[in-house]
Amino acid sequence: MSYIIDRRLNGKKKSTVNRQRFLRRYKAHIKKAVGEAMNSRSITDMDKGERISIPTRDINEPIFSHGAGGHVERVLPGNKEFISGDRIPRQGQQGGSGGGGGAASDSGEGVDEFVFQISQEEFLDFMFEGLQLPNMIKRRLAGNESFQVVRAGISNEGTPGRINVVRSLRAANARRIALTSSKRRNIRELELELEQEENKDPALRDQRRIESLSGEIAELRRRIDRVPFLDDFDLKYNLLVRQPRPRSRAVMFCLMDVSGSMNQATKDMAKRFFLLLYLFLQRSYEYTEVVFIRHHTSAKEVDEEEFFYSRETGGTIVSSALKLMRRIMHERYPASEWNIYGAQASDGDNWNDDSSTCHKILIDDIMPHVQYYSYVEITPRDHQALWEEYESVRTLFPNHFAMEQIVDVQDIYPVFRQLFSQKVAA
Amino acid sequence: MLDTFTTETDAPKSESSGPISTSSEWTFELIQDYDRAIGELAEEFGLDTYPNQIEVISSEQMMDAYSSVGMPVGYNHWSFGKQFISVENNYQRGLMGLAYEIVINSNPCIAYLMEENTMTMQALVIAHASYGHNSFFKGNYLFRSWTDASSIIDYLIFAKNYIARCEERHGLDEVEAILDSCHALMNYGVDRYKRPYPISAVEEERRQKEREEYRQRQLNDLWRTIPKLGEGAEEAAVRRFPEEPQENLLYFVEKNAPLLENWQRELVRIVRKLAQYFYPQRQTQVMNEGWATFWHYTLLSELYRRGRVTEGFMMEFLQSHTNVIYQPSFDTPYYNGINPYTLGFSIFSDLRRICENPTDEDRQWFPDIAGSNWKETLQFAMRDFKDESFILQFLSPKVMRDMKLFSISDNDRENEIVVSAIHDEDGYRELRANLAGQYNLGNREPNIQVYSVETRGDRSLTLHHTQHRRRPLGKDTNEVLRHLHRLWGFDVHLHSLNGEEITASYHCPELGRDRPDREEESMLVPKPI
Repeated sequence: MSYIIDRRLNGKKKSTVNRQRFLRRYKAHIKKAVGEAMNSRSITDMDKGERISIPTRDINEPIFSHGAGGHVERVLPGNKEFISGDRIPRQGQQGGSGGGGGAASDSGEGVDEFVFQISQEEFLDFMFEGLQLPNMIKRRLAGNESFQVVRAGISNEGTPGRINVVRSLRAANARRIALTSSKRRNIRELELELEQEENKDPALRDQRRIESLSGEIAELRRRIDRVPFLDDFDLKYNLLVRQPRPRSRAVMFCLMDVSGSMNQATKDMAKRFFLLLYLFLQRSYEYTEVVFIRHHTSAKEVDEEEFFYSRETGGTIVSSALKLMRRIMHERYPASEWNIYGAQASDGDNWNDDSSTCHKILIDDIMPHVQYYSYVEITPRDHQALWEEYESVRTLFPNHFAMEQIVDVQDIYPVFRQLFSQKVAA
Repeated sequence: MLDTFTTETDAPKSESSGPISTSSEWTFELIQDYDRAIGELAEEFGLDTYPNQIEVISSEQMMDAYSSVGMPVGYNHWSFGKQFISVENNYQRGLMGLAYEIVINSNPCIAYLMEENTMTMQALVIAHASYGHNSFFKGNYLFRSWTDASSIIDYLIFAKNYIARCEERHGLDEVEAILDSCHALMNYGVDRYKRPYPISAVEEERRQKEREEYRQRQLNDLWRTIPKLGEGAEEAAVRRFPEEPQENLLYFVEKNAPLLENWQRELVRIVRKLAQYFYPQRQTQVMNEGWATFWHYTLLSELYRRGRVTEGFMMEFLQSHTNVIYQPSFDTPYYNGINPYTLGFSIFSDLRRICENPTDEDRQWFPDIAGSNWKETLQFAMRDFKDESFILQFLSPKVMRDMKLFSISDNDRENEIVVSAIHDEDGYRELRANLAGQYNLGNREPNIQVYSVETRGDRSLTLHHTQHRRRPLGKDTNEVLRHLHRLWGFDVHLHSLNGEEITASYHCPELGRDRPDREEESMLVPKPI
């Protein structure tokens, strides 16, 4: 007798735990691979999964086995030209240890790397592991927020779908007991009388009394039976209420210098940096907006495409971008409702007397409202006035302002990690 | 009654009612029909099986099952995750078709069918797993006496829960470390000669407490360090612990390791029990697969002969069957050892031929079985042998010729490899003995035993490796010793012996800055040349 069972709908992710264990064990390897991947990726697939390879020797599970050497007899299939007594010159390593031992033995000594794919989610986990958005998250209730439905006890009104069976039946039971208790007591008394009457000697029995008692009992029982099992006002409903849910949301300002001194390669680096920041914010906030501001001598809010790819040249006035950012913040992203992040990329060129203006705008109007402001200078050259002005901003807002220099694509991810590495008790 | 159905009876039976199905789509009804038809046929052929439980699963579930060594319930460990990832990768890249079948030695016998397969493949798997393997599990002496099919699932659940509880209580890393070490020694957690008690989850749980206390008492006794008054020094020198060398390293560790906590001992025990459960499978691969392959071939061919399956079905079946028993020759890039399906199938098929159509050669080689009832002979061959003895007993010259087997002798003291025997009159016996030796687990795995424990000194553990034909230990040896050291808690030494002579020693922790693989001159007994 055979039983045939359809198990297709059973859980299929039985191995997930084991997979997680594996990833956990080889965290160091994977992190390294992720770091390398960050640098070699094109921008558009920054957040895809990744192939990870680990040297086989590192994940080897050792067992006692035979090494090469000694005297081994081996039986092989498919003889073509040998006859017994033939001597064959040795050619390097032949077979593996115990290679003739059938399929049960390990398939030779693979020197290949162990390669596997991690998912996007896992990739991002590793990418941002140990990183933290500096200290603060504002949660705000705003008009068109989402609601969360929560249970709020029991009510007497509701839709049939929300009926609470246990409560309803309990109420019905209570009502039935309340409405019938006096009648039951009466019945008990009458029954007692009836019994006494019936136990009397047949000669002394009052037949009419017995009949009237029985009649009364029957009448009472009928009345008890008329009490409905379930009444309208027994019904109880689970009450659900909608609670507005505070949502965290963030806006990220990307400020980029597109003056003539920024070439495509530097812009590309800036873009990678912005993208990393964007992915990171997305993981931390439920809702993230991005504002792209590019500037040369004047600043302009643009869409993503234009931000990265349009060509424009001119001189550089950094403060124009900061002014625009200040305006947009003021108009659209009040600091009381938004977590504001600023990321600025530039090659450090600026009109000299403009740098002090930047300093002033930052300190007076921007820094007090933003969660974090990061500045990356993409240049192999020495720093100029802008850097120095920014350094003084950093001393004023050490927890909210960060700046780093990037020379090469390879620096981006390390610099990013450095900027957002977890700080012990800010 | 059985005899009426041998292949000689050519006329199809009257009750055969046309093909069971003509399309390649499967349905549950069809699976049931095929199972019934195959089951009836198997009974006619005298196959004795556990009840079957056939489960239809998806390919993801198959990968899950695959990566937990076919255990339907497994405890959690990273190595299974690694297995899963590599299976998943290979499958997704199309490097590997998934296994046709996984079958579990349990009662009822659980076999998995993959939903993606065609009806033909489902029928093939049913014949192969649910009747072939199943009857092997029930019949073969190793499985009968060493594993308990009825209790394995319960035990696996017990193990899984116990290990999960340990993880909660002692942390993932602690548990993982112990399991890693046990896995490294898993092949040495087996009693080869002593039949183990059947495992039972209920019993395990009931006795676990008891064991903990008992163990503690035993240990204290073993490690009592206060010398007894008046005890002669010579007695101490003579008494060795253990008195006999111990082959079951994990058992020895479980019972005697000084520093292990009770739960750690329990983990050792669980791994040991599982090793014991899988031990017969490792010893009967050729027979088991050969038997199952022989029967799927025989059963489905018989179905065809009776007109129950179509020609299209047979074409598809034969193609898969041919793939399964394909044996690349040794000089092709695909060669990966002798295919156990091929070898087993060839031997069983040839046995049947020897019974039915014996030649003079067969009469000379197999006087007992030539011309006998093939079904009884095959049952006998299946029941009472393991790979090594099976090959030694039943590998016929014809199979050796068909597979063009030859034996080479690779001696590191000679410059050249010698072809010692080929498939000819002079070579049959040697070839057969060599091939059998190749399946002897005792030759395949290094023979390592616990030799002594320094009970009065530094508590170090000494192992001896007895070399088989001077074969040295592999390069993982030091790694494995590190694992053993973790379990034992004190120094571990391993001497590799060729006869009386120690040719290599391994130590954990390593002695001084000594390279572990260098021979220790000081311990060398002069070489007899």
